[in-house]
Amino acid sequence: MKFLTTNFVRCPISKCDNSLKAFPLQYKNCELIQEELEFNPEFLANILDRLNWEAIIAVAGDLGNDSLPPTKPENVDPKDPENEQLLKDLHTLLIETQITEGEMHCGECGHIYYIKSSIPNFLLPPHLV
Amino acid sequence: MGNKYLLYLAKAHLDFRRAELESLADLYNLKVDLSNLSEDSPFVIVEIENDDLAAKWISRSILCRGVYEYWGETTEDWGQLHESVKQNSRSKWEKYAKTSFKFDFIGYQGSRNQKSQVEVIEQFSYLPFTGPIRMKKPDVVFTVIEQFIENTETSTRKFFGREVGLSEREKGVLDKFDLRKRRYVGTTSFEAELSLVTVNVAQTNVGKIMYDPFVGTGSFLVTGAHFGALTIGSDIDMKPLMGKKKNTIQANFKQYGTSLNFLDTCTMDFTHNAFRKDFIIDTICCDPPYGVREGLKVLGTSRPEHFVGKENIEIDGIKAFLRKDYVPTKKAYSLGNMLDDLLDFAAKRLPIDGRLVFWMPVANDEDYTTSIPHHEKLELKYNCVQKFNKWSRRMLCYVKRDDGYEGQTIRAGEVIKNEFRNRYFSGFNEASLD
Ligand SMILES: C[S@@+](CC[C@H](N)C(=O)[O-])C[C@H]1O[C@@H](n2cnc3c(N)ncnc32)[C@H](O)[C@@H]1O
Ligand SMILES: [Zn+2]
Repeated sequence: MKFLTTNFVRCPISKCDNSLKAFPLQYKNCELIQEELEFNPEFLANILDRLNWEAIIAVAGDLGNDSLPPTKPENVDPKDPENEQLLKDLHTLLIETQITEGEMHCGECGHIYYIKSSIPNFLLPPHLV
Repeated sequence: MGNKYLLYLAKAHLDFRRAELESLADLYNLKVDLSNLSEDSPFVIVEIENDDLAAKWISRSILCRGVYEYWGETTEDWGQLHESVKQNSRSKWEKYAKTSFKFDFIGYQGSRNQKSQVEVIEQFSYLPFTGPIRMKKPDVVFTVIEQFIENTETSTRKFFGREVGLSEREKGVLDKFDLRKRRYVGTTSFEAELSLVTVNVAQTNVGKIMYDPFVGTGSFLVTGAHFGALTIGSDIDMKPLMGKKKNTIQANFKQYGTSLNFLDTCTMDFTHNAFRKDFIIDTICCDPPYGVREGLKVLGTSRPEHFVGKENIEIDGIKAFLRKDYVPTKKAYSLGNMLDDLLDFAAKRLPIDGRLVFWMPVANDEDYTTSIPHHEKLELKYNCVQKFNKWSRRMLCYVKRDDGYEGQTIRAGEVIKNEFRNRYFSGFNEASLD
């Protein structure tokens, strides 16, 4: 599971639908790897628009990274060399950092989802569907 | 008024031609009149502003082979072709007087031997081209395209034009995505050609997010990624997502050089979706489960009385359902309900003009029109059929419309049961699914 994906998933249990605590999930006991991937500044600048920045900060914190800027970098021009370091850092974090095993806890209902062999699993037991 | 161009189409999936070409034109904001497009002819003449727009449009196509600036045509003999060329293209000759060039021959349903090609080329000596002839990388290629009566050497239609652009098909994309050459495939993998057409009709593109909610082995993800989309998938079954040892969905992306375009696959029941509600999904492409090679299941149980109180069972002091090795129960669901859920999801999540493209099997003797679901905010834009012996599958393309749009809602849950599976196994099991 790429770090980036943590920004898109929440607790799927319907009673958590309207809770602010069901996103992002809380990441615990995670094993991480870095997989080297080609750096593409345009690609990253484009993704930046889609991110919920508070959630990025929260999950980075769960995984032990407290060095992100507190507010989302806006209008990042991928061609401007001044942005290169920022985009490279984001590339390393969002794209190259992957969770291979770990837990995702819902802050609302407490349900635990697992990441197994890099694949997050959101299946639910019968009493929660 | 634009310039006149000839499109030369492949003899494949005729019912999908218009959907693909219109969708790509729309994607690139190209206004083009395709009213002359027909299933009966591999040729269509269109007007486009300039070469660049024409080439860009066709470059992504799977069902078109190439686009040529129109210089002339005939249904008669060579003499008539030359008359037509002189009449239609004289003003263009000057421009190519000194450039390097070559002649190319294309035969539809037949071909012309080399000796005879040379004879034809010699007849074009009235063209005032003095540039060098170059077989490799010439600046301009002039192409003679002929339509032959099948299995004969008689050509019934001849075109002459200047090559402006070739399509993905001509550049070998079908071979590249051929399932036999793909590292990881499964019984549910979708064939290369139509999975490429699917993502073209869905207008997946660079910088867009594409989602396949029934991802299986990821056939639509790799073709969507080929055209630049960031792709994500989910499936209720973890097995296809895991792959077989080193053969995985990720390995396929690596094979195609698009690893950056793969986001993730998640194990989830589409009907209990974990994507946050404000995550924008630009396009959805899928082949929903219809119960032939894979179960159509959702989470839950058909015998709830069996599970009363089971949520309290503990193993080693931990609630069983919270353990990593817990395997949830599933129950059967109907295809109709699943399609309704898919349309509801698309109507909520797609941006205006975003597209949902999915496949639906129907028996040939069934009246399919009654089984096509509709949603009031989704316009059914295309409905293309691929016919097999006793069954067909339809590719349905819906476009999300804005609040002002007032379509009709027809729930599939009421009309489609799991009919298809039953019929598949009882009536027409000799039909090929591939
Ligand atoms: C026709 S296959 C699609 C295969 C895919 N196009 C591929 O390239 O392999 C349908 C898939 O839907 C999955 N499926 C069935 N019920 C589901 C559900 N409720 N939620 C998500 N996926 C489901 C099946 O496990 C199966 O992999
Ligand atoms: Zn929850």
